[in-house]
Amino acid sequence: MEVPILKQGHYLIASIQSALTDADLMQLRESLVARVGKFRARGVIVDVTALDVMDSFAVRTLRDITHMARLRGAETVIVGIQPEVAFAMVQLGLTLKGVATALDLEEGLAFLDAQARERIDRA
Amino acid sequence: MATPKDRTPSTQPPSPEETAGLLRELVSHLRQNRTQLREEWARRITRAQLLTAMTEEEIFAEATSVYDNYVEALETGTFEALQAYARNLSERIIPRGVETHEVVGIVLLLRDVLARSLFAKYHEDFTKLNRILDAYEPAANRIANTVAVGFVQERERVIRQQQEAIRELSTPVLQVRERLLILPIIGVIDPQRARQLTEQLLRAIRTNRAKVVVIDITGVAAMDSNVANHLVQTVEASRLLGATVIVTGLSPEIAQTLVTIGVDLSEMATVGDLQGGIEEAERLLGYKVLELSDSGQKTA
Repeated sequence: MEVPILKQGHYLIASIQSALTDADLMQLRESLVARVGKFRARGVIVDVTALDVMDSFAVRTLRDITHMARLRGAETVIVGIQPEVAFAMVQLGLTLKGVATALDLEEGLAFLDAQARERIDRA
Repeated sequence: MATPKDRTPSTQPPSPEETAGLLRELVSHLRQNRTQLREEWARRITRAQLLTAMTEEEIFAEATSVYDNYVEALETGTFEALQAYARNLSERIIPRGVETHEVVGIVLLLRDVLARSLFAKYHEDFTKLNRILDAYEPAANRIANTVAVGFVQERERVIRQQQEAIRELSTPVLQVRERLLILPIIGVIDPQRARQLTEQLLRAIRTNRAKVVVIDITGVAAMDSNVANHLVQTVEASRLLGATVIVTGLSPEIAQTLVTIGVDLSEMATVGDLQGGIEEAERLLGYKVLELSDSGQKTA
């Protein structure tokens, strides 16, 4: 199933609706990285609220998306990890190091806004 | 008052065969007078105001089964069935607030009621009465002991169970400010509790939409690598939900232990005490706490 990617201002929002196969994940990665350039996005939000399982491939893909998007000039934040999923991930040692996380979409947007402000302040 | 010679208790203990014969006689006496003795006993229980938590019918029903078990223990000389019954009875009556002294009291009452019936039966033959009592006393004492010990053991089991429950409940997650939670940990952390603690914290982070969590471990006496790893896992799981964790209250001993056993806590933000932790959390959340007089001067 393809993941819909919405554009909202300077941000891209990918909202995962159901469990994804490895191929789906790779496709998500490619289209996100491509669209960051196409829409000149400054931030990416991946919403995983609907996922009740997160395997090592999914975690690796999310980390790759973050690093790739950063190289293309956009910050990524993963939002909506369920408590049970978080617990299982930590037990498996999948801790998404170096990847920003937030509670939900609203928090994710706030995080990206804060990042943008910081960038402006620095400039 | 001089005691006639034939009324003093026999100094020679009766032989086992004799005891068995006497006990048989005793048991048949108790069986014959079952209804009357049972009623007498129940009456005495009510009069002594024991088992006030139970109704008279209940007392009578319990009295009947205790009586039958009692006679059976006298007859067979084995106490397993009685022990099991005592445990079962305790299980039923402890939640209703029956006290140890009541249980001991009713068993002693039964002992007394039965002894009196023996007096009444053999009052013409004191030698016989003495021998019957010699056979009866040790068995009766052992029965009383069994029931009382059974009750106390059951009570202790209930207490242990409750302690466990209290321990499970003792991980409150408190909100001190908008988006700031505190989790004070007190006591021993075992794997089970660590798991429960993490789950509770993660749920609380979601319901309170927390951004910062302060975990205070002042009340944790000792820490080994297992506990430390649990703590690291809790911190990481919280981060996945978008919350920052600050750990406070590491004692000098725990700090030394952790460094000695080489646990990697580089991912964890630690602050000396709870106050410092809350101040740091407020800073992260963008709060600034001012004294009233200060802010008053500034605005004036």
